[in-house]
Amino acid sequence: MKGFKPTIVAFCCHYCAYAAADLAGSLRLEYPSSIRIVEVPCSGRVEEELILHAFAEGADGVLVAGCLEGDCHFQKGNVRARKRVEYLRQLLTDIGLEPERLAMYNLSSAMGKRFAEIAREMTEKVAGLGPSPLRKGVEEA
Amino acid sequence: MIVAKPKPLSFLAEQLRPYRKIAVVGCETCMAVCLAGGEKETRRLSQALELERRVKGGASLLAIPLTVKRQCEYEYLELLGETLKEVEAAVSLGCGVGVQYLVTAFPELWVIPGLDTLLVGGPTALGVWEEYCRLCGECLLHLTGGVCPLTRCAKGLLNGPCGGASEGRCEVNPEVPCAWLLIYDRLRRFGKEDLLRHIAPPKNWRLAQGRGPRRLVKEEVRE
Repeated sequence: MKGFKPTIVAFCCHYCAYAAADLAGSLRLEYPSSIRIVEVPCSGRVEEELILHAFAEGADGVLVAGCLEGDCHFQKGNVRARKRVEYLRQLLTDIGLEPERLAMYNLSSAMGKRFAEIAREMTEKVAGLGPSPLRKGVEEA
Repeated sequence: MIVAKPKPLSFLAEQLRPYRKIAVVGCETCMAVCLAGGEKETRRLSQALELERRVKGGASLLAIPLTVKRQCEYEYLELLGETLKEVEAAVSLGCGVGVQYLVTAFPELWVIPGLDTLLVGGPTALGVWEEYCRLCGECLLHLTGGVCPLTRCAKGLLNGPCGGASEGRCEVNPEVPCAWLLIYDRLRRFGKEDLLRHIAPPKNWRLAQGRGPRRLVKEEVRE
């Protein structure tokens, strides 16, 4: 769809992705403004309900970004987050949304460049899918 | 505890198609522990049902999440009276008992089961639940060292072993340890191998499958 600019909510772990986004800023790396960052203490904090809420409020895509596997500050939070994301991708399919609208990424706080890449990758993917059908209801309300 | 698993979202969405305002009623006892119908699952299902309706189109759906301490007691269900008066239908995230109690407590309400009730058992690892009791009505765990052959032996043998186990695993399902080997190990540990010489007579299955629902009465507390 031409001219469509998606809104993507990015739940970013304080210990890695959030710091990586910060680094991307310090490095003056450009990434799409479609990304709306929500800082969380650990990707394991991101419950199913939170992700569904983002979609209910009209997000076109949601990404959860946690530490590299094995490096979680809370041991297993990022592994749990990945499992939840996998479960939710199935639930999104049942709801009637494309599962590609939700993704899990792992990175470290030193990966500012990777953060910018992820932001571009996710934006392109979601832009290709077009606006979320749930967006309409939110805009009308 | 009783263990259940969720029915598919598509099934519930289809059942709810005619309604615009519904309740999802969870249960904070067994169903919360087996992660099928506690507070979290009740809220998540309500959200998912509303989103499904928004995506698929049609009249909007309002799904109100409610949970009770135990769906199998009228005292707790009574607390829902006011809210349930306002809805057209309800999904019960209780076990089969919970669904039927909800139906009895609110005869005017159309209730849809949100779960498939599977077994009586317990968690054996995070995210894993296994059956431990067949509710046979006549416990024989004192003869078998506390391992139930009716439930845990794939053949339900009262007089085992069958001889088909290999490396301690059941020939029917190699994931399952041979219950009769477990029984033997337990009895040997306590020097009670002689119990294996006891030949169990045919079981009285009327205690498990009586005519109509089984019933327990405690006269000392009955009013």
